[in-house]
Amino acid sequence: MRTNWKSRLALTVTGWAAALLIFFPILWMFLTGFKTEITAVATPPALLFRPTLENYSAVLQRADYVQFALNSVVVSLGSTLLALTLAVPAAYAMAFFPTRKTKDILLWMLSTRMLPAVGVLVPIYLLWRSFGLLDTRIGLVLIDAVSVLPIVVWMLFSFFREVPHQILEASRMDGASEREELLHVLLPLSAPGVAATALLSIILSWNEAFWSLNLTTVKAATLTAFTASFANPEGLFWAKLSAASTLAIAPILVFGWVSQKQLVRGLSFGAVK
Amino acid sequence: MATVELKHVRKRFGQQEVVHGVDLAIADREFVAFVGPSGSGKSTLLRMIAGLEEVSEGEVLIDGQPVQNIPPAKRGLAMVFQSYALYPHMTVAENMGFSLRLAGAPRRERDQKVLAVARILDMEPLLHRKPRALSGGQLQRVAIGRAMVRQPKAFLLDEPLSNLDAALQAQMRLELVRLHRELKTTMIYVTHDQVEAMTMADRILVLNEGRVEQVASPLELYQNPASLFVAGFIGAPKMNFLEVQVAQAAEDRCTVTLFQGSALDVPALGAGIAPGARLTLGIRPEHVALEPGGQVEGEIQALEHLGPRTYVHARLADGSKLVAQTAGDTAVREGERVGFGLTAESCHLFDAAGKRLERPGRRP
Repeated sequence: MRTNWKSRLALTVTGWAAALLIFFPILWMFLTGFKTEITAVATPPALLFRPTLENYSAVLQRADYVQFALNSVVVSLGSTLLALTLAVPAAYAMAFFPTRKTKDILLWMLSTRMLPAVGVLVPIYLLWRSFGLLDTRIGLVLIDAVSVLPIVVWMLFSFFREVPHQILEASRMDGASEREELLHVLLPLSAPGVAATALLSIILSWNEAFWSLNLTTVKAATLTAFTASFANPEGLFWAKLSAASTLAIAPILVFGWVSQKQLVRGLSFGAVK
Repeated sequence: MATVELKHVRKRFGQQEVVHGVDLAIADREFVAFVGPSGSGKSTLLRMIAGLEEVSEGEVLIDGQPVQNIPPAKRGLAMVFQSYALYPHMTVAENMGFSLRLAGAPRRERDQKVLAVARILDMEPLLHRKPRALSGGQLQRVAIGRAMVRQPKAFLLDEPLSNLDAALQAQMRLELVRLHRELKTTMIYVTHDQVEAMTMADRILVLNEGRVEQVASPLELYQNPASLFVAGFIGAPKMNFLEVQVAQAAEDRCTVTLFQGSALDVPALGAGIAPGARLTLGIRPEHVALEPGGQVEGEIQALEHLGPRTYVHARLADGSKLVAQTAGDTAVREGERVGFGLTAESCHLFDAAGKRLERPGRRP
C-alpha cells in the first residue's frame, strides 16, 4: 500500500508539472497583455505590476476584432461541416465495406498530413488565384477542410468500426437504404465520437495560421492573421501582441472548456459498448 | 408463408470456397435447422438466404422466385441475430417499429402492430424501455418481436439462444416452438447446438466444412445417421466408435470382428465389402449394456450419475473409449473391470470414407 501511495503521489506531481508547463506560456501571455510595453520587456520579468488595459484598447482601435472573429467562426465551422460531409460517407464505406486496399488508402490519407503545407503553397496559391478564391471565406473553408479531412476520416473510421456489424445488418433487413442506415442507425450510435471529431476539427481549423496568412489579406482573414499582424517589421510590441493573442484564443479556449467533457468522452470511450 | 429453395448454392470468399454446392427445398411452414460445428458454413448459408451475403454460384428461390438480385428487405424475410442487434438508441417500441417506419407506415398503424406483437410476447410493460435496461431474455424477446412485426414470409434465426443461460434457453426453445405453431410461418434456424436442433426442428440439415452431410428429421438423424460425422455430431453423449474388421459380408448381414476377437453380426448391406476390410462400428451408449462376459471388456474410468441413469466411461484394452448407459442406481465403481454387451441390431457400420453401410429393408 505504501508503494502504491508513493507512486500515486509521483504521478500527481508529474501530472501537475506537465499541466503547468503547458499552461505557463498561456498564463504569461495573458499577464503580459496587461503590462505596459516597458514592463513587458523588463529583465528580470516583473511579477508584480500595475495592470493596464491600454494594450487592449490600442489593439481594438487598430483592427476590427469582430470582423476577424466572425471569419474565424465561419471558417472553422464551415470547414468542419464540409470535412464531415465528405468524411462520414468515406469512413462508413471503409469501415463496413473494406477491400484489400482500404488500409493503404487510410495510410495514404494520413501521409498527406506529413507533407509540410508550404510544399504546396505555390500550386494552391495559383489555383486559388485562378478561381478567384483568394481572400474569400469559401477559399479558406475549402483549404482548411482539405487539411483536416485525413484526421476526420481516421477518427470517424475508428469510431464507426466499434459499431457492431450486426446492428447495421439488422437495419438492412428492416429495409433501411444506405442513407437511412447512416442517418438513423450509424450516426446516432457513434454520436459521441462524431461530436469529438467535430470539436477537434473546429479547434484545428480555428488555430490554422499558415493558409489564412498566405491566402487572405483583409476580407477573409481570421484571428490567427489578426494576431500575426501585431508582429511587424518595426519591432515586436510584446504587450500588444499578447493582448491580441489573448483576444484570439479566448473564444476557442472558452469553447474548449465548455465542450471538454464531450471531447474526453468521445476520445476515450467507444461509441457503443 | 413461403417456400425456400437452394439450388447448388456455393459461396466463395476470395479464393476460398466455404459452401460447396448446397441443395435444399424447404416447405412452407416448415421448421428447418442448420447444424454443424463453427466454420461449417451454416451461418453463411443463412446469410445468403437473407441477402446479407452474395451467392457466388447457384440459386436461392423464395416462393419459386430467384432472389439473388433482390435486396434483403425486399425478400420478405426477417432475421434474429445472435447478438440480438437491437438499436441501442431506440426504445423497445421504436426498435420493433423501425421497419414499418422505414416503409412509411403511419404512426397509428405502427403503434397498433407493435402493440399486438408485444401482447403475444408478453412484453407490453417493456415497450418504453431502452435495450440497455433489459435482461438477456428480454432482449431476445424484443429481437424476435422486431422480426414478427414485419409479418415476414419466413424467419431466419442465427444462433438466437446462444447468449442465454441454460434455463432460459430451455424456456425460449419451447416458446419458439409455440410461436412457430401459432404464426404458421417457415422458420430457418442456425445453431451449433444439436439439442436445440433436435428439440425444435421438423428437419435438420447437418453441415460439415461447407458440405451437406444429411438432411432428415431429428429422429431419423439419430437412428440412421448417414455418415460418421453425423453419427458423432448428433446425440449426447456421443456415439461410440470402435475399429472392426470384416469377417464375412453377405447380402444383408455383415459379420465383423472386434479387436478382442469377438464377432458381431450387424444388419448392413454387405455387398461389395471384402472380408478383411477395416470398418468403423458405431453404437450409441444406450445400446451398450454392462454384461459380464460381453463382447468387450474394459476398465471403468469415470461415472456420470444423472439420477435416472448413469453413464459409464470405460477404457478398453486397445485404448479406445466406450460409454455405456446403465441404471441410475448401478453398483459399479471406478477402476473396476467389467464386460460390455453390444446390441448388434443397433450397430452401424461406416466405411473408410465415413459413409454408412445401408441397412437392409430401409430403402430400395
